[in-house]
Amino acid sequence: MTTIAPYRAPQQAGRDGFWQLVHAEWTKFRTMRGWVIAVIAAAVLIDVLGLFLVNAGTTQCGGPCIPAVPTGPGGEAVLDSFYFVRQPLPSNGSLTVRVTSLTGKYEPEGGPVGPPSAVGLTARLMPWSKAGIIIKQSTRQGSAYAAMMVTGQHGVRMQYDYTGDVAGLPGHVSAASPRWLRLTRSGATITGYDSADGRNWTKVAVVRLPGLQGTVQAGLFATSPYYFQSNFPSYAQSGGGTSPSRATGTFDHVSLRGGRHGSTWAGQLVGANPRLESMPGLGFHHAGDSFTIAGSGDIAPIVGGAANTNYDTGTIADHLVAVIFGLIVLVVIGAMFVTAEYRRGMIRITLAASPRRGRVLAAKAVVIGLVCFALGLPATALAVFAGSRISRSHGVYVLPVSWATDLQVIAGTAALLAVAAVLAVAVGTIARRSVVAVAAVIVVFVLPYILGDTSVVSSGVSEWMFRVTPVAAFAVEQSVPQYHQVVGQYGPPEYFALAPWAGLAVLCGYAAAALAVAYWLLRRRDA
Amino acid sequence: MSQTATVTGRNMPLPAAATRASLEVLRAEWTKVRTVPETGWLVAATVVLTVAVSTAVTAVARCAPGSACTADTTKLSLIGVQAGQAVVAILAVLAITGEYSTGMIRTTFTAMPRRFAVLAAKAAVLTGLVLPAALISVAGCLLAGREILPGQGFTAARGFALSMAHGPTLRAAVGSVLYLVLIGLLALGISTVVRDSAAATGTVLGVLYLAPILAAFVGDPVWQRRIERYGPTSAGLTIQDTTGMAHLPISPWGGIAVLALWAAAALLAGGLVLRLRDA
Repeated sequence: MTTIAPYRAPQQAGRDGFWQLVHAEWTKFRTMRGWVIAVIAAAVLIDVLGLFLVNAGTTQCGGPCIPAVPTGPGGEAVLDSFYFVRQPLPSNGSLTVRVTSLTGKYEPEGGPVGPPSAVGLTARLMPWSKAGIIIKQSTRQGSAYAAMMVTGQHGVRMQYDYTGDVAGLPGHVSAASPRWLRLTRSGATITGYDSADGRNWTKVAVVRLPGLQGTVQAGLFATSPYYFQSNFPSYAQSGGGTSPSRATGTFDHVSLRGGRHGSTWAGQLVGANPRLESMPGLGFHHAGDSFTIAGSGDIAPIVGGAANTNYDTGTIADHLVAVIFGLIVLVVIGAMFVTAEYRRGMIRITLAASPRRGRVLAAKAVVIGLVCFALGLPATALAVFAGSRISRSHGVYVLPVSWATDLQVIAGTAALLAVAAVLAVAVGTIARRSVVAVAAVIVVFVLPYILGDTSVVSSGVSEWMFRVTPVAAFAVEQSVPQYHQVVGQYGPPEYFALAPWAGLAVLCGYAAAALAVAYWLLRRRDA
Repeated sequence: MSQTATVTGRNMPLPAAATRASLEVLRAEWTKVRTVPETGWLVAATVVLTVAVSTAVTAVARCAPGSACTADTTKLSLIGVQAGQAVVAILAVLAITGEYSTGMIRTTFTAMPRRFAVLAAKAAVLTGLVLPAALISVAGCLLAGREILPGQGFTAARGFALSMAHGPTLRAAVGSVLYLVLIGLLALGISTVVRDSAAATGTVLGVLYLAPILAAFVGDPVWQRRIERYGPTSAGLTIQDTTGMAHLPISPWGGIAVLALWAAAALLAGGLVLRLRDA
């Protein structure tokens, strides 16, 4: 009796760990030529459309046409234009003043560049028109400062180094209700006080300005930002009418301690630019103890979109507009990565080979996520860096940002693409039908753009959608911060309702929830 | 049969035979669509999504007292059409790609070798499905706008009235129904060319939604206007405008004509590849 040994395959049993599964899914992806072409095309689309369409048609210029925009101590682009009545302050000292009125005029209808007649001005004080006292390193634009001021609608404020803003006494200033302001300097430390009667003083804030050294300039100032009227409250067109305005402040009880003996008050227009000079009537008038100062401009950071400046500004994310196009392609591929298996019955082989279904889903998500991130990263990096260069060559001043912000915009947008594709994988697993999966994800991403484009509802609906729907993730493209002390059009594509990473987290939450449902259904259902 | 008719001339007219043949294709297509469970769901979803989006958007629109509202209440009420068109597009995509994914298309062409006729029948059946859905949707949207908007400050006293007796509003309503039908035909043509359901959905929705986004971002105003004039949705949706007519990129009926041209071109391309390609 002979026993026949059962056949044994010479090779060892293959391992069925997670990474083998990822490798299997990668092989499936890699060998579908159409998919590989499509994901590469998506990356190319982001760059080609983004780089060549955004500035198409605007005039090309060599480089000198980019305005020389000053930057503040924090590196941000700033406006630093005001009328300054000053004296040097060699070391420590204090400046006290009483403000009795603040009035304003502006030039309606975004008048043309050129000298408008004084008759054409309309009386109107801007919400952030300001007049008060300031201690500033020098009259160079962008130098460190701290100031106490009365404003058009926001009461007394202490502002410093362009981005800092602390509220003081509320209410509007008038002769019946004057405001006393005081700044004291001790080295690089400035303390601001305000008072309604000149006797009971309240400390508003103490700030340390590293840039403030040696002899500084102390004095009175007045300035008034652009009148800004949002014309196109739509998602994509951040347009608006801007026109210069002028604020006039009246001061008395001026006292400077620590000034140079024999110095007198000298008036100077700081940071004049051609447009601002066209505002008539800037200057100061000094009679006895009383000063009247009229200024125009602003001491504030420059914000994105059309707002407080007549510079043609842009952000590093301007050329990422075509990300939505690439995203749609990647979403299609993500959904097909699953639904194609169902269509061809391949899913049964896949699940027979790896009965742990959750792992299959995870492997698919990992492969599609990594592929999209790896392709998205160079595409977004090119759009940001080459895009900024192109913007500059067209005379656009690209608002400067730190390298961390560069990284946030580039890697964040690549992550957005990857997570959106993972979401499509999950929805594809849930729906099993590619049409439903693809349509659902695309509509969710595209509809907020479309609905946000309609006039009345824009601010409300659009903001809500950019908070709770997956499009919230586009917040990673916000590169410049919003400032409450600057009036502007704070909406997409420059500004978003959520903080950058919080927005991306919303999308991740949707993807995680969809994956959980997909996992549950995949285990529960027959393939 | 039809050949005999041609030879014998006037007694048995060709059109009658042809009509019967096309009626049979039509019936076959109708039976296919009717017996697929998702058809009913998608038609219902068109109505529900369109009216729901319009209701939601009008419910949050505000016209504060004392402020100058420049809203076009008709267009605002009909905004749901821009969401509903996605469902219409899915209906159209499934009508053709469903057959390709199951291999049914080969049976269809064996039974009816005249492929143009099959596509024409599909287009007719699709129109028959979309038309009532669009009518109900548009009526629902306008009804919602009429009920909700006055409470949001868009009162008749301030010149806002949503009435079918108003010529432009009637035009917008009728035009929106027509718009949805044409979107269906455009989607059918595109997906006949693309064949794969996921790719077709992506392409169709890309065509529907990306042109307006693109137009908004293009720096060159000339190109911007061109995209708005000749993009299928941006041109077609001008049919909903009842105010600011002087600033429209294209006249309302001209816009619908542009969309109709797109649909016709897509169907023609679909018909041609259907003939030239193996199924």
